[in-house]
Amino acid sequence: MSEPLIFHFDVDGENFTSAGQASTQVKKNLRQLGLSPDIIRRVSIAMYEGEINMVIHADGGTADVGVTEEYVEIVLKDHGPGIPNVEQAMQEGFSTATDTIRSLGFGAGMGLPNMKRYTDSMEIDTVVGVGTTITMRVNL
Amino acid sequence: MKISMIRDLLDAEVLCSEESLDHEVYSACGSDMMSDVLAYVKDQAVLLTGLVNPQVIRTAEMMDMVCIVFVRSKRPTPAMVQMAEADGIVVMATSKRMYEACGMLYANGLIGTATHV
Repeated sequence: MSEPLIFHFDVDGENFTSAGQASTQVKKNLRQLGLSPDIIRRVSIAMYEGEINMVIHADGGTADVGVTEEYVEIVLKDHGPGIPNVEQAMQEGFSTATDTIRSLGFGAGMGLPNMKRYTDSMEIDTVVGVGTTITMRVNL
Repeated sequence: MKISMIRDLLDAEVLCSEESLDHEVYSACGSDMMSDVLAYVKDQAVLLTGLVNPQVIRTAEMMDMVCIVFVRSKRPTPAMVQMAEADGIVVMATSKRMYEACGMLYANGLIGTATHV
């Protein structure tokens, strides 16, 4: 099997306006690779929600997207506060976002559930005070 | 429904991508919460919102939407309009409120699509 294609991005945690730029670029890259619109949309939305989360909660981080012949893998890594209770965080509607974030259209407690919904697998590796790594896969 | 009909029904001003006004659309959603838009909509085409920030455009991009209607006389910034134009998304603004705008489009055949993927 050929080597996976890897796209790497640094996500700026200081700038809400630019949040989503990495997801936009990934969408373009996947289009160029000729993946189906449905797959591209699922990858884009899951990554976008993750990117927004990194900006809102974790002062940014990194995003790596790997494309193999079998799947697209998205790895989002931050050094934010971590998630104390993952089960609670996965519930639709649960959010720790501030009113400011809600006024910007996010923080409805749908981010993580959306990421799980749009992907075939999602793993959350989180340590309070250290950071969070989320690995998602969309099968081709 | 053609996007041009949305413009006519809502008495809206088109701000970019006028070349796509003949595009046919079949569904729409109205929300100020982008996470809800990302969660509940499938095969959507039109977003009605009163929220004004660049993430509205990004959300529409991610969802492959083709038209954004800003309600309640909200105006997107020039940078937002540029972003939308680069992706071929029609942006328009209307003075109508969300409830009225959605109701007019629904009554004329543009249904909602409140389903999970």
